Amino acid sequence: MAAITAVLQVEGLYLERDNRPVVHGVTFQAGRGERVALMGPSGAGKTTVLRAIAGLESQVAGAVSICRPDTEARGAEDDPGVSRPTPPIGMVFQFHHLFEHLTALQNVCLAPVHVANVARQKAEAHAKALLEQLGVGHRMHARPHELSGGEAQRVAIARAIAMKPVLLLMDEPTASLDPARRDDLAATVRSLSADGTTIVISTHDVAFANACIDRVLLLHDGRIIREGPPADVLS
Amino acid sequence: MSGVMRSVSALVLVLLVSTSSSAQQTPELRWGGDAEGGAPFVEADPRDPARVVGFDVEVAQLLAAGLARQPRFVQVGFTSLDAAAARGDFDIGLSGIEDSPARRARLAVTIPYYEFQEILTVRTADGARYRTLADLAGRRVATLGATLAYDLLLAAERDHHLVPVTYEDDVHPYSDLALGRVDAVLLDYVLADRGVRRNPGLMNQPTPVGVGHYVGVLAPENAGLRDRMNEILRQAMRDGRLEAIFRRWRLWNEDQTALYARLTSESQAPPETASTAAVTTNVWQSAIRYLPALFRAAGITVLLSALSMSLAVALGVVIATGRVYGSRPLEIALTAWVELIRGTPLLLQLFVLYFGLAAVIQLPAFVAAMLGLGINYAAYESEIYRGALQAVPRGQLEAARTLGFSNMQTLRLVRAPQAFRLALAPMTNDFVALLKDSSLVSVITVVELTKQTSIFAANIGSWVLPGAVCAGMYLALSLPLARFARRIEKTWQQ
Repeated sequence: MAAITAVLQVEGLYLERDNRPVVHGVTFQAGRGERVALMGPSGAGKTTVLRAIAGLESQVAGAVSICRPDTEARGAEDDPGVSRPTPPIGMVFQFHHLFEHLTALQNVCLAPVHVANVARQKAEAHAKALLEQLGVGHRMHARPHELSGGEAQRVAIARAIAMKPVLLLMDEPTASLDPARRDDLAATVRSLSADGTTIVISTHDVAFANACIDRVLLLHDGRIIREGPPADVLS
Repeated sequence: MSGVMRSVSALVLVLLVSTSSSAQQTPELRWGGDAEGGAPFVEADPRDPARVVGFDVEVAQLLAAGLARQPRFVQVGFTSLDAAAARGDFDIGLSGIEDSPARRARLAVTIPYYEFQEILTVRTADGARYRTLADLAGRRVATLGATLAYDLLLAAERDHHLVPVTYEDDVHPYSDLALGRVDAVLLDYVLADRGVRRNPGLMNQPTPVGVGHYVGVLAPENAGLRDRMNEILRQAMRDGRLEAIFRRWRLWNEDQTALYARLTSESQAPPETASTAAVTTNVWQSAIRYLPALFRAAGITVLLSALSMSLAVALGVVIATGRVYGSRPLEIALTAWVELIRGTPLLLQLFVLYFGLAAVIQLPAFVAAMLGLGINYAAYESEIYRGALQAVPRGQLEAARTLGFSNMQTLRLVRAPQAFRLALAPMTNDFVALLKDSSLVSVITVVELTKQTSIFAANIGSWVLPGAVCAGMYLALSLPLARFARRIEKTWQQ
């Protein structure tokens, strides 16, 4: 991927927790429609890097910039926690974090209506279509606590992509899925990237990475130690 | 070890000896009164607040001397004196207690030792306008609850449509009259005289509205003791010792001469007592007579609670939001405020709002009550909301943030709705508590359900029926609330 078309640029990302560095100079980029996996043992810093890109970590040094493909990069240097990143990014959390007081459909509509100012009816129609597409259309009126792990994850994906993000971040998405569901998720990831969405996933799951990832960044102690296609890095 | 045992047993022995020796001394005459009632009845001696002084104190001494006993004062709130006498908390209650048929029916009552006139006090400027109760149509007239004056005002409420306002003490009716919160005070001459002396700009109307008598009250089973006391009183009337007491307190007048002459010429028969049958009918009749007033008072309780709770919720939300989202100085200031309000009694806050601020701003009683309850409960509500806001999982807020919501949108669309669900159960509890705490506002003259019940109870001389009716009304108000909360919680869990 050429640097000028990069949607995500991470430059010298550094982050401390309790005065101990947990991410130590991570630098990488991801282009339009690219599928990147952050892999490595527990505690390697995968989730932290993802959260820093999402703007959920304060006390960050380095630079994270996200731009629409073919537009100028907008930097959030040194402290991406200060302002929410624009253009829109989506994040699918390991434990989904669906809004507990809303139905699946309301969860998906909320941001389009209130943040993107889409008319409610239009937002609902779009949300229904997304839920159908992800195979949870029949659960649209269920509340989060009534959904299975797999259903909740698909609602969370729908909620994230309803905002048409240029970059979708997923934290350990296969942690609560059985193998059949994992294959479905891999297919979803491929189809989203085919539509141009850049995807960065933190995962342990080698089979999943092999199924849908273009490039793996292998982390150890907060540093990238290897980088390349899954077949090379994970062999 | 044995040394310790020895000193302990020595101590026990000393205690035993001292109690038995004091028991062998002159027996006590325990007499109950309310020192809050103040001079000239009973008040703490300004030179030695451990002692009490007043004409009732001297009447008690006179009775004790006649019985060869040692008087001992027992402090009891004025409105509880009857009940305390019936329970046997003391031998006799003496505190400007008025003679009434209800008292005679329920207690052993002594012969009267003082005759007083009910006097209408007004602002000097209104002297020509408000001469009698009939002149006071639509006006607020203050008095002490559960007194002859209150009964007179209730009758005048029906006949002349004036508005009776009851106080718990006999000082504030006059200060509130001077401030313009009420337009007249009806109380006995002794209090009216003192009220006018203490508050410039007030005057007593010359024509008395009614006549009453002070008596001592004893438990009904103490009729024997009461008869002996009546003899002591008659003797003191004959030999001038009672006259001397009232002269010392500058309360002697010709009315007493006539009263004493009448009482000392009577036979030794106890004062007339209404028959039991008549009293029983009276209880039911009074109950029916009081029902409309109780319903009205329940309405006040509901209205006051609903308004106070709305205020408490609104203020509580502001305080909680300020504490969770505000800057450090704001957070400190709000925390200090919450601790100040939670750390001081509601009763004190009500007094400060109504009486304390009267020189600066004269809040109407109902408004002061609503503000007092609202501000007090806002402190508790804010703690509930703060806890609920902080209990919303961090992940929910992070999800909102990654979707691009502003802080305000996150609060409005995600955090507050979830916090509200957590807060609802404790809020309902608080509302039920407020409903009951609203009874405290009777101290600032708002007659709500409990106050009306206590007036009712004092007038019919029993707490059984009024207490049951009052409890029933509170339950009828609070149970549906609890049900409502359970139902909403269930709906939200679905």
